[in-house]
Amino acid sequence: MNKENYPLARLLPYLSRYRLKIVFGFLMVVLTVIAGLIGPRVLGYVVDELQAVIAAENLTFFAALIVGISFVEGFFRFWMRKILIGVSRDVEYDLRNDFFSHIQKMSLSFLQSRSTGDIMSRATNDLSAVRFVLGPGIMHTMYAVVLTLIGTTYLLHMNWKLTLLTYIPLALVSVTVKSFGRQIHDRFRGIQEQFSAISTHTQENISGIRVVKSFAREESEIDVYKKLNREYVRRNISLIRLTAVYFPLMTALIGMSSIVLLWFGGRQVIESHLTLGDFVAFMGYLGMLTWPMIAVGRIFNIFQRGSASMGRILETMNTPPQIRSIPGAAPPANIRGGLEIRNLTFRYPGTQKPVLQDISVSVPPGTTLAIVGHTGSGKSSLVNLIPRLFDPPRGTVLVDGQDVKDWPLSELRKSIGYVPQETFLFSDTIEENIAFGRSAEMAASELEWAAYISQISADIETFSRKMETYVGERGITLSGGQKQRIAISRAVAIHPKILIFDDSLSNVDTYTEERILEELTKVMKDRTTILVSHRISTIKNAHQIVVLKNGTVAEKGTHDSLMAQDGIYADLYRKQLLEEELNIT
Amino acid sequence: MSAMTIETQEEVLGKAYDVRLMRRLLGYLKPYRRSVFWAIVCLVAGSGVSVIQPYLTGFAIDRYIQNKDVSGLNWIAALYILTLILVLAFGFLQAWLINVMGQKIMYDLRMQIVRHLQTMDVAFFDKNPVGRLMTRVTSDIDALNELFTSGVISVFEDICKLTGIMVVLFALNYKLALVMFSILPLLVLATLIFKIKVRDSFRKVRTALARINAFLQENITGSAVVQIFGQKKKQYLRFTRINKEHLDANLLSIFYHALFLPLLQFISALAIGLIVWYGGLQQLSGALTIGTLVAFIQYSERFFRPISDLSEKYTILQSAMASSERIFKLLDTRPAIVSPEKPAAYSINKGRIEFKNVHFSYNPDEPVLRDVSFKVEPGERVAVVGSTGAGKSTIISLLSRFYDVRQGEILVDDVNVSDFDLQGLRKSIGVVLQDIFLFSGGVSENIRLGNPEITDARIEQAAETVHAAHFIRKLDRRYATEIGERGSSLSVGQKQLLAFARALAHDPKILVLDEATSSIDTETELLIQDALEKLLKGRTSIIIAHRLSTIQNADRIIVLHRGRIKETGTHQELLQLKGIYWKLYQLQYQE
Repeated sequence: MNKENYPLARLLPYLSRYRLKIVFGFLMVVLTVIAGLIGPRVLGYVVDELQAVIAAENLTFFAALIVGISFVEGFFRFWMRKILIGVSRDVEYDLRNDFFSHIQKMSLSFLQSRSTGDIMSRATNDLSAVRFVLGPGIMHTMYAVVLTLIGTTYLLHMNWKLTLLTYIPLALVSVTVKSFGRQIHDRFRGIQEQFSAISTHTQENISGIRVVKSFAREESEIDVYKKLNREYVRRNISLIRLTAVYFPLMTALIGMSSIVLLWFGGRQVIESHLTLGDFVAFMGYLGMLTWPMIAVGRIFNIFQRGSASMGRILETMNTPPQIRSIPGAAPPANIRGGLEIRNLTFRYPGTQKPVLQDISVSVPPGTTLAIVGHTGSGKSSLVNLIPRLFDPPRGTVLVDGQDVKDWPLSELRKSIGYVPQETFLFSDTIEENIAFGRSAEMAASELEWAAYISQISADIETFSRKMETYVGERGITLSGGQKQRIAISRAVAIHPKILIFDDSLSNVDTYTEERILEELTKVMKDRTTILVSHRISTIKNAHQIVVLKNGTVAEKGTHDSLMAQDGIYADLYRKQLLEEELNIT
Repeated sequence: MSAMTIETQEEVLGKAYDVRLMRRLLGYLKPYRRSVFWAIVCLVAGSGVSVIQPYLTGFAIDRYIQNKDVSGLNWIAALYILTLILVLAFGFLQAWLINVMGQKIMYDLRMQIVRHLQTMDVAFFDKNPVGRLMTRVTSDIDALNELFTSGVISVFEDICKLTGIMVVLFALNYKLALVMFSILPLLVLATLIFKIKVRDSFRKVRTALARINAFLQENITGSAVVQIFGQKKKQYLRFTRINKEHLDANLLSIFYHALFLPLLQFISALAIGLIVWYGGLQQLSGALTIGTLVAFIQYSERFFRPISDLSEKYTILQSAMASSERIFKLLDTRPAIVSPEKPAAYSINKGRIEFKNVHFSYNPDEPVLRDVSFKVEPGERVAVVGSTGAGKSTIISLLSRFYDVRQGEILVDDVNVSDFDLQGLRKSIGVVLQDIFLFSGGVSENIRLGNPEITDARIEQAAETVHAAHFIRKLDRRYATEIGERGSSLSVGQKQLLAFARALAHDPKILVLDEATSSIDTETELLIQDALEKLLKGRTSIIIAHRLSTIQNADRIIVLHRGRIKETGTHQELLQLKGIYWKLYQLQYQE
């Protein structure tokens, strides 16, 4: 079987984990069907017996039999649903875990090229459609097939002529379901398209509400909306034209087989080819057997939707992670934190223009490199390559003399403490956030130390639950500066060999910044530090300063040598002094 | 994405039935009361006819089959066919009437919401994310449609059928009917317990799903942090825990569902057992015929069918109530800024602007404008400069009355803007923002913006004047070219020129302009400068300047610093002051 064309086939390995349960569930289906088929038979006997003379105690026996059989059937049906639907939830659980684990491995460029909402809807909505196949889809199919097979065999055995005649309208039901189904599907898609047109327009209208209001275009917006809305209603009504016929027609067709039974079966009773009891039993069976005919359409729909959804899930799961360790990768014997960038030119995947061009810098272990430049000059792009958030070309970024691509990914990242530009904290306690990078528990004293370095300790003391305080939606709202400081503690807490600060003090006031830098200097002493900053005050004391402009190194040196050069750096410095003056005014 | 988190938070399940909401919803039926009336007629008639069917079967058994009367049987079969046709016809009519009406009501509601949204003030849109408002117009309305077309109707239909069956059964044999209905309390009890249990487990499932969503979202947006700190395993284990909660909640809900259906069937079998036992005894004593007995059994089966899909209907009702609650809440939010009932003016004639001691803040305690006063005479060109966050764009928003001032007043042609006809005021003020907002549609629609007074000739002329015609002509379908997706195919400079063309075509008295900050190539830059001159000619203008040429050509410059006007004067005068402007000039404008 070609797996590309049958996305659902990929579910088989998942299902095979639960094969025992499925086999048992199938057994329950068979037992439920058999028990269910006994009911009408008993009623038939009752009718036949009533025509003859029957003892009152026999009646009680039959009544008890009906109730008893229903109890047995109910017992089986309960287990059928519990097992088979349960399996679908088990597989959903496994599949969602695997999906999550796969997403975790994907590189940033993959995640950034897709909207979060899109990935999430695969993990929830699509997965739920697939779950519907695994649960109700499979169960109903089993039940419908088993019921049709056993039920029809029994009816044919009872009276084949009557069976064949009553089945004619039922066959028509199946045909109707199929032919209407296609058309309903098509018209429904038309409705969906119009629906998304309405959504797009609404979104546009709301996003551009200022323009709408500025130009006083409210009325014409309403007119556009009216047209879209009218078309939507028109398409809906065209579907209604179908469904309004469809459902009553189904009822009528099913009713037709009742008429055949009444008319033809009645004649057979009159001609004594059939007992009245058999006639009544037949009536009961017919009621049961119409269900699979109607269900066919629904089951088909479940499988169709599930298949489309599984395709979408697989599209994500079949994309291999672009950034991973090469087989047999080993870290250098002695990790000291030296960094070297050699003739680096870098383009983001899928783009033409290089964001970094021919960059070479060497940072000996334990020294500090500062990177400055205007927005968009490539500062973040450069530091993102060191922990391989994006992959640099081979041989351009080396840590301790070894290409980052030859490092085991986890070892490389473990030796880097990174404070990203946009602070991201998890909605968890402050303690959990600071200790995030640690695999083992963190001692209280160490936590205190990490918090102290970033000068967040004093703030934490003011929170009622201290380190246990929740941040984010369910807890307290931290200021931008507080968040940045926790992110700094988080990076320091893993005792990295290389520390990267990607403009991580931008939301901290100058006074606090100085204190943080003071504390950090102690930590930075035996570590390599990369400082990206807008503020000259932050980087003045770095061993090396690199000025980036349009992705190239424009200037390189120390604060003093760059000031003497009187170029971009000196200009930036002067402007900052002016800005500070402005801020004081 | 952000909308999604909000939606998951909003997933609080309310009541399935709320009198107040229901009454208001029914109000929407009023214009269609004739449809409602005929639909109910069809529904009652259809239910009535279908209730006859088992009776016909019973009658056929007693009168004709047992008496071996073939012609009588033929008659009954014919009658049965007639009932089928009637049920088909009534069913079709009812479905048609109800669904078409449902669509029309949804149309009305959707229009009402969209119309309402157009009247809401900008502050409202600041507070409500796009995604949330979209949901009102889309899925919330769909939930209501479900309520009108399937929910209410099928509940009503069920009630009709159930009463019909009860009436027939009591008429046939009231003693047997009483015996059969003795199991009703059991049925009610089972359903009630089920309802409570299902609601609880449903809530647990929802909570778990919301947690899965939140966790997923956090880990996708924070994937860089997870990866750099090498914590994939830790996060994976956490995810499996949350996922397990979801699984367990679902398994519990499966348990109740798996139990409920067999339980209903068992209760129904109990009823049939009672019919067989008591009915059989009656038959033996000659008080009941076999046909009636068979009919009774069929009726009891039909009686239990609607009850088994009760939980489905319950969910529909529940989510419709939640949706209507949200929709009504939106409709009940009154716009903070409305046009005065008797406007003192309908349009701007001279174009004189005056800010008198204006104070403004978006949030209390965070003043944005403090005691701002200035005048702009008709035809004058004023540039506003200041560092980011000085309050420059707020001046634009206040002039168009997107927000109302906290204190002080803004006069246009010596009339307070809040005494102006709102639409008239905004129509006479042309606003060009930094990033032009493009609607999907052609170039000319984006210039015209639905104003029927603007002819194609005027559009082309405007484009010609501001040098936009040049690049428009190069587009593959010229003025008809689709430029959706926020004009991603256009350069910043082209977008700016297009915005100029838009403003010029609408020919406003006053022009406010927020210049684009992005760098533009020299050639386009020159075109823009020239276009700007033409656009500003003969109009009063306020420009938030980002270009040296613009401030140099302004009649007057206002220097805004932290919400206050610190300096005013011409470029040369201000430079000589060596104050804030001088510093800003060094920082922002000097090459």
